[in-house]
Amino acid sequence: MDFFLEVLIGGLLAGVMYSLVAIGFVLIYKASGVFNFAQGAMVLFAALTFVSLGERGVPFWIAFLVTLATMLLLALAVERLVLRPLVNRSPITLFMATLGLAYITEGAAQALWGAQVHGLDLGIEDVPLDFGGLLISQFDLFAAGMAATLVLVLSLLFNKTRIGLSLRAVADDTLAAQAIGIRLSRVWVAVWAVAGLVALITGLLWGARLGVQFSLSLVVLKALPVLIVGGFSSVGGAIVGGLIVGASEKLAEIYAGPLLGGGIENWFPYVLAMLFLLVRPAGLFGERAIDRV
Amino acid sequence: MLYSETGQFSTHYAADRRLFRLRQDRLGLGLLLAFAFAAVPQIGNDYWFSAILIPFLVLSLAGLGLNLLTGYAGQLSLGSAAFMAAGAFAAYNFLLRIEGLPLLAGLALGGLVAALLSVAFGLPSLRIKGFYLIVSTLAAQFLLPWALVKFGWFSNYNASGVIGAPPLEVCGLDLASPAGRYVLTLGIVVALAFLARNIVHSELGRNWMAVRDMDTAAAVIGIPLAKTKLLAFAISGFYLGVAGALWAFTYLGTVEPHGFDLTRSFQVLFIIIIGGMGSILGNFLGAAFIVLFPLLLSNLAGLVPGGLIDPGQLENIQKMIFGALIVVFLIREPEGLARLWQHFRARVRRWPLRY
Repeated sequence: MDFFLEVLIGGLLAGVMYSLVAIGFVLIYKASGVFNFAQGAMVLFAALTFVSLGERGVPFWIAFLVTLATMLLLALAVERLVLRPLVNRSPITLFMATLGLAYITEGAAQALWGAQVHGLDLGIEDVPLDFGGLLISQFDLFAAGMAATLVLVLSLLFNKTRIGLSLRAVADDTLAAQAIGIRLSRVWVAVWAVAGLVALITGLLWGARLGVQFSLSLVVLKALPVLIVGGFSSVGGAIVGGLIVGASEKLAEIYAGPLLGGGIENWFPYVLAMLFLLVRPAGLFGERAIDRV
Repeated sequence: MLYSETGQFSTHYAADRRLFRLRQDRLGLGLLLAFAFAAVPQIGNDYWFSAILIPFLVLSLAGLGLNLLTGYAGQLSLGSAAFMAAGAFAAYNFLLRIEGLPLLAGLALGGLVAALLSVAFGLPSLRIKGFYLIVSTLAAQFLLPWALVKFGWFSNYNASGVIGAPPLEVCGLDLASPAGRYVLTLGIVVALAFLARNIVHSELGRNWMAVRDMDTAAAVIGIPLAKTKLLAFAISGFYLGVAGALWAFTYLGTVEPHGFDLTRSFQVLFIIIIGGMGSILGNFLGAAFIVLFPLLLSNLAGLVPGGLIDPGQLENIQKMIFGALIVVFLIREPEGLARLWQHFRARVRRWPLRY
């Protein structure tokens, strides 16, 4: 039983890491209706920039701020060069554009900073702590704490500030928001910049775990099933989805894996997400779309 | 003048509906095919066959398969490579385990297996659409290669999971030479391309386009959604499966499941974005672009003196240019290279008048 609990908690905490990536998606999807495949590439770009600055002797906070400024520039460029020319085009077209964007960002990150693996030390050791017989990684707890803080900050941003109000207005009805004088382009830049911040934090946590390298951009593939389970348009859904996916993935690997020959972690979340889709096509917390002819 | 339609009247509905209505089109295509079948095997060298022409043809076929699903029926898929892998491994097993099965029959059976799998992963499309469908196709992308690696039976218990090409023989003709493999690939691709053009001109093709443009409206006017969507998945899966088998047998000779990873799926998707969604010709243009562009780029880099650009950097630059091209194409020419050809053709038809 203890073993079961340990696997469960380990899975839940791993799920928090998935949720972090998924939150970046949800933000952009809510505000601009774009399914941003480049989120993973942004995670890679942010983490590589941060680590490379750190290796050149730039102090932590300055490197953090410089990276953040870079992500802001990226957001500006994306709005001006990709989103604005593609306004009013089908969501599938926008998705494919972000696929191109992902290629550009990955290529740029590696062309600028090289393709080797960088170590990243946040000063938190990955040692297991003993909670009444249960071993839980200290790093995982820290990551969970970061995710909780992030969600808190984001919900304050969404609910208590003026920019948050315009974000919600745009998400609710783009045309009506424009009619009352909200500048769409600014909202898009803002939301892509916030997604950049989320990408940076995700990159730091994942980078400390896996090393900062190309495979960081593949976390996007881990986040997809999370989004499906939680729904595309809810930050809370992203968290719950992450927890469900993380926990079930680890439990399946331990208990069902040996029956199937192991290595099922890669596809299990997708099959889970498919089953969810068959029951609830809009995810647990997603908004049900109604088609009009 | 070259493209003048003067005097070409359709006197029957059948004549009006034929695949290539203009005499110039038929003539041009006939000449092109004659050149490709008769002249190219004589003048081409092994490098051209093995490194450029065969991958170009196979990728065109894969693009065609995805284009039927995504470009015509509007169902986005990121799992093309998985169905290619399924086709390749199924064809390999049929040819291995059934004594005396002709090569073409093996390829067709491989395609059928891929089609069945494609339908299975397309079933969720009856309930979900758009982005959500990506997940279903990605599930195929991760599940199928995993199964091919995990269960040794699929690769006849090869230690590294690699399959080799069966003897390439059609009707007693040995086609194992590069020129022979080229002719075999060309024959299959041309036949399937004609079939595809017929399909998209038929009622099924029009139903696909109606579903693509708005599936609720299509259902309202009485198009059976389930049948239409699943047929799109099946036919697309068949094309991808045959393409995968050709990729393994005529292009690479040996292939492992990792050769069909997500990158390959993206490559096929890029072919149809650059070439043109909802176009048969576009697949060939897009595949030509995808095959030739890296060669062009590495040749250009070779011109830069003193090894200023190292190979690793070249790959990054290539990636950035590809990404930028995707974005530029989506913004400037969403219908891809095929649209440019149509513009050109329309221009020539009116020439010397402007409009």
